[in-house]
Amino acid sequence: MAASFTPLDRDGMAARAASDIPEGWVVNLGIGIPTEVANFIPADREVIIHAENGVIGAGPAPAPDAINPFLVNAGTQPITLRTGGSYVHHADSFAIARGGHLDLTILGAFEVSETGDLANWARAAHEPVKQIGGAMDLAIGAKRLWVIMEHTTKEGAPRLRRRCTYPLTAKGTMKRVYTNLAVLDVTPSGFLVRDIIPGLSFEELQARTDALLSR
Amino acid sequence: MIDKFVRSAAAALEGVRDGATVLLPGFGDVGVPTALLEALIEHGARDLVLVCNSGGRDGSAVARLLSLGRVRKLVCSFVRPASDAGRLLTAGRLEVEVVPQGTLAERIRAAGAGIPAFYTPTAADTVLAEGREVRNINGAPCLLEYPLPGDVALIDAWQADRWGNLTYRETQRNFNPIMAMAAQLTVVQTRHTVELGAIPPEHVMTPGIFVNRVLHVPG
Repeated sequence: MAASFTPLDRDGMAARAASDIPEGWVVNLGIGIPTEVANFIPADREVIIHAENGVIGAGPAPAPDAINPFLVNAGTQPITLRTGGSYVHHADSFAIARGGHLDLTILGAFEVSETGDLANWARAAHEPVKQIGGAMDLAIGAKRLWVIMEHTTKEGAPRLRRRCTYPLTAKGTMKRVYTNLAVLDVTPSGFLVRDIIPGLSFEELQARTDALLSR
Repeated sequence: MIDKFVRSAAAALEGVRDGATVLLPGFGDVGVPTALLEALIEHGARDLVLVCNSGGRDGSAVARLLSLGRVRKLVCSFVRPASDAGRLLTAGRLEVEVVPQGTLAERIRAAGAGIPAFYTPTAADTVLAEGREVRNINGAPCLLEYPLPGDVALIDAWQADRWGNLTYRETQRNFNPIMAMAAQLTVVQTRHTVELGAIPPEHVMTPGIFVNRVLHVPG
């Protein structure tokens, strides 16, 4: 029988994660789909978005005729500042990330493991050209780290693994992963499935996952 | 009378030597002291160690300094593979030390703050820790890191007075305040000049005691 499910698209994953962020949290959103989470937080829910380049209280993108070239986010895209927001220098910005002042960090990933390891900066351990940026600092120190990613590679290889095959960004810090197929928590006994998209069975989800799932 | 204003870019960079470590702020195109960087290219110093967040996009002043072969070593948090820096690195013509961005900022801060070394959990469980001193502190592995002082820091400010008190706009601040504190010679380009006392004391972001020279570069 043909599969009768529709994986979430980028917006769907971002919206699903946004629905779990309560008012009052201080949140860092990584580059890519995590950045889009901000678009799905209702305007009347006060969530404080931190950007690594020193923004506390990042707001939505400005109108094209209202771009301020001095005000960008971690992806160097033009943004606005919410009323009540402020700016800090780079050392303070990473003190916020490292020092336990973020309620949540959301990052993208190549792979995650059942023990909460995150691999999101390189596909080979000793690539000469390294693109680390702020990922290693952001992946530690927050009260919780969530990941948003496709459940498998384009070729269908699982990305939720017993052990990561790519070099680690941080070890054991990831608490939850939102994929295009499911939401899973990392527990002491591995991945616990919280939510599966309609039409996909637990067994079908397991077949697309390297790590052993529980429910 | 203290007056740190200089008349020309050449005067701003006078005395910068070959082999100098240059602290260069900026995140994307924001907070980059482009006029001073152009002046550094003009000045001709070679064999530099350049500390900045990234290897820069093609066409940027950073990329130009790199492709002119003036930089011996780049200390940064990332290099784009498809950029001048990435191609120089792949060709073995540029030494690069890649440092996590928060560690980069803290090493610069430590240099200005007189902290001779510190431990951080960032990267302690990664390939960056290979061959390095890792110590278990309160149950977590931590990596020993050393400060990153500069011989010269090039700073991009919004306002400056003759004492060198500075303000920055929005995310222009980024690495500027910590780099201004971490170098033997701190040179500023500023968009606006103001009278001494015009910046409310509570709003001074970099006090002038960290600044040696100021060049007015109207925007």
